[in-house]
Amino acid sequence: MTDLPGYPSRRGFLKVSAAGLALSGVALDAKAQDAQPPVPLDRYEPEYLTADEWAFVMAATARLIPSEGDGPGAIEARVPVFIDLQLAGDYGTADDWYMVGPHDAEAAPDRGWQTPLTPAGLYREAIPAFDAWCAETHGAAFAALDGQAQDAALTALQKGEVPLAPELSPFFATLLANTKEGYFADPMYGGNHGMQSWVYIGFPGARAAFREWPERHNVKYPLGPVSIKGERA
Amino acid sequence: MARQDKKRDVVIVGLGWTGSIAGIELAREGLDILALERGHDQATVPDFKYPNQIDELKYGVRLKMMQKPSRQTVTVRRSGDETALPYRSLGSFLPGNGVGGAGTHWNGLNWRPQPEELRLRSYVAENWGEEIIPEGMNLGDYPVSYDELEPFFTHFEKVAGISGKAGNLKGEIREGGNPFEGWRSEEFPMPPLPTTYDSSKFRDACLAAGYHPFQASAGIASTAYVNPYGMQMGPCNFCGFCERYGCYQYSKSSPQTAILDALKRMPNFEYRTESEVLRVELAEDGKTATGVTYWDEAAQEEVFQPADIVILSSFSLNNVHLMLLSGLGEAYDPLTGTGTLGKNYAYQMNGGVSLFFEDAEFNPFVGHGANGVCIDDFSVNQNDFGALGFIGGSYWRSGTFNGQPIRSMPLPKGTPSWGAGWKEGIGKWYGHAMSIGSHGSHMAYANNHLDLDPTYTDRHGRPLMRMTFNWQDNDLKMNQYQKSRMEPLAASMNPDVMQSSFKGIGAQYDVRPYQTTHNTGGHIMSETAREGAVNRYCQTWKAHNVFAMGAGNFVQNTQYNPTGLVGGLAYWTVQAIRTQYLSNPRPLV
Ligand SMILES: Cc1cc2nc3c(=O)[nH]c(=O)nc-3n(C[C@H](O)[C@H](O)[C@H](O)COP(=O)(O)OP(=O)(O)OC[C@H]3O[C@@H](n4cnc5c(N)ncnc54)[C@H](O)[C@@H]3O)c2cc1C
Ligand code: SF4
Repeated sequence: MTDLPGYPSRRGFLKVSAAGLALSGVALDAKAQDAQPPVPLDRYEPEYLTADEWAFVMAATARLIPSEGDGPGAIEARVPVFIDLQLAGDYGTADDWYMVGPHDAEAAPDRGWQTPLTPAGLYREAIPAFDAWCAETHGAAFAALDGQAQDAALTALQKGEVPLAPELSPFFATLLANTKEGYFADPMYGGNHGMQSWVYIGFPGARAAFREWPERHNVKYPLGPVSIKGERA
Repeated sequence: MARQDKKRDVVIVGLGWTGSIAGIELAREGLDILALERGHDQATVPDFKYPNQIDELKYGVRLKMMQKPSRQTVTVRRSGDETALPYRSLGSFLPGNGVGGAGTHWNGLNWRPQPEELRLRSYVAENWGEEIIPEGMNLGDYPVSYDELEPFFTHFEKVAGISGKAGNLKGEIREGGNPFEGWRSEEFPMPPLPTTYDSSKFRDACLAAGYHPFQASAGIASTAYVNPYGMQMGPCNFCGFCERYGCYQYSKSSPQTAILDALKRMPNFEYRTESEVLRVELAEDGKTATGVTYWDEAAQEEVFQPADIVILSSFSLNNVHLMLLSGLGEAYDPLTGTGTLGKNYAYQMNGGVSLFFEDAEFNPFVGHGANGVCIDDFSVNQNDFGALGFIGGSYWRSGTFNGQPIRSMPLPKGTPSWGAGWKEGIGKWYGHAMSIGSHGSHMAYANNHLDLDPTYTDRHGRPLMRMTFNWQDNDLKMNQYQKSRMEPLAASMNPDVMQSSFKGIGAQYDVRPYQTTHNTGGHIMSETAREGAVNRYCQTWKAHNVFAMGAGNFVQNTQYNPTGLVGGLAYWTVQAIRTQYLSNPRPLV
């Protein structure tokens, strides 16, 4: 292709971009590692969640991905921060979704999201309803229960055994999905702190350049992850 | 009162794969062209650049490149007895949005149909008799043959930059290619891509079983390449952020890498973004279109754009919606069989097996959208429909394409979905699983169709389109047959654990999990105006200056990903416009 005068050369760009990529694994800064540690979760000021909701999200995610055993738990990964920020943003308000009525909240789950509530609205209404059920059945709000009772309550919620209004039926699936998103998403969204979740499973994050790797069969990729902002772990 | 702009020779509705093809080919004829794209502008630089694109949450999960249901969606019901409900958040299929359309974030699996698939009704009748066609199946022949389309498939593959190996070169069967494919006049533009570990294990098992493995043909560059428009591609580096992402390094075949930079330099071509076409306007006699009306987002007003030729290239579902709203044909009625718009909506019937090997290292993040080794041993032209009791077939593929952990975390059945057991499971199994997929045909049926919804409207007050769709026994039987053949092959690979997921008889369409964006039919090609919405040149029977591009033209879906046929048909249509229509505008059939 002949490059047109006055236009940036595509050929030139290809060279530059290939070089940039070759460096991406090593040259990106390590600044993030020297950065201030983030505010501890007990002093975090939520953008969207109320204090009670925050307590619930802390407690629930800690059971969904517990800290015990190998690998970080949701708390070490700062999943509650992720959830708070997502609910405060355009996911929380379902900006991209078709939210026009009429709504048939009783539709079977395989008909997709049919509640009139946005994700943020769903957390707002479901948490007190579920807490009330926990109080009635287990004697305290969810966050105040012991781990075993919390697991039992979450299991009942997952199985649809907690009698909730039909508009709240997607709550467990949404909470679980958001928890895993926060565990594995790039750390710039507030969770996956220090890329610990990626380190744990062996996912290299935003490296995204494996030109010599397809034919290295049955050899484990050796490098740790990088994040979009250039942190390394 | 709508604003009216200066008349153009051609107005193009939607600037994805087919709109770009129409744009460049008609611009080369010297025509004055305006393309209207409802979404945003986007180009490799700066929009897809590293590392911003390597963001699973934003693009893979929150789907920021896709159509926003708040702007445009459909309603879905499984049968005439159900009330259709809106497809409020995306799941099963993900129509593209913005310049490049779904062509920017597709996987790049590029297939031609088998010749038999384009004359399937005749093929069935000749070999088994029409009596094996189940009641309610609208089985048809395409009104154009493989031989006629072959040069156009070849041309699209050169433009798109496809890597692969010919299995049938002018009738000669070639080692290492697909022996069951239709004939090719030329070898692929680029050689096949390298084979990852999972693919090579699958290949070995297939060879041992006497099957015929070949590397998937991929819209992914394996070498440096320059296409017929002078556009350059560089070899893919298996970044693993391919499907649902724009390629950051000119390796994935897309309107951006293959066409748009060349097209944008042509002075007689202009495109406008944030310009959503609302309807095609018909002349008083209803025999031609006068142009289109669109919503200019920046000016917040409706604009009438007059044009001599209208190209509908807004993706199958959007094309059908616009045609229904504009009266470009009569809506199909499944009870009487009359009308054509919305007829023969079809999809894809897929299944697969996951295999877990505790000690194997698959590095699932090393891959590209069209990675893999395939077989066609159980494809349409290999199956004995009479003996098997269904019409159809599938291709199988195994290859890493996405190790992104939010969405790709296969775990053995019985692993808890949360808690300590889940955490242990992800630590143990991530990177140690592979899969084999079956990608199967989907026939057309009287009761799977598209029309306008009686209840729900969009932000312009237009009725949403309603999709009536469910899985049908014929295709489910085909799927179960693939399962019965795939499981023994998978078992021969000696995984520690394996598990299948194939829909069976009685399966209901579930709009939540992603399946494919291979939504086909709805404005199908036909021999006569009674049977379909467009003729063999994809010219609408209703208005001779309106041409419809894309998979909406498919009579029934093939077993393959659609874009090879979509691209071939687009070049076939522009050829007809150039050589037959421009000099004498008229119905070409
Ligand atoms: C995630 C994903 C993976 C895929 N993988 C494969 C694959 O591996 N192999 C394969 O063969 N196919 C694949 N496909 C399908 C492939 O992308 C499509 O077949 C192809 O892009 C269709 O081309 P098109 O021109 O018809 O539509 P598109 O390329 O989608 O372009 C349509 C354009 O029209 C615009 N538009 C829509 N309505 C309007 C309107 N009213 N006014 C103005 N503009 C409008 C849209 O915004 C869009 O830009 C995949 C699709 C998706 C979503
Ligand atoms: S896998 Fe290859 S073609 Fe796909 S986006 Fe990455 S570099 Fe581009």
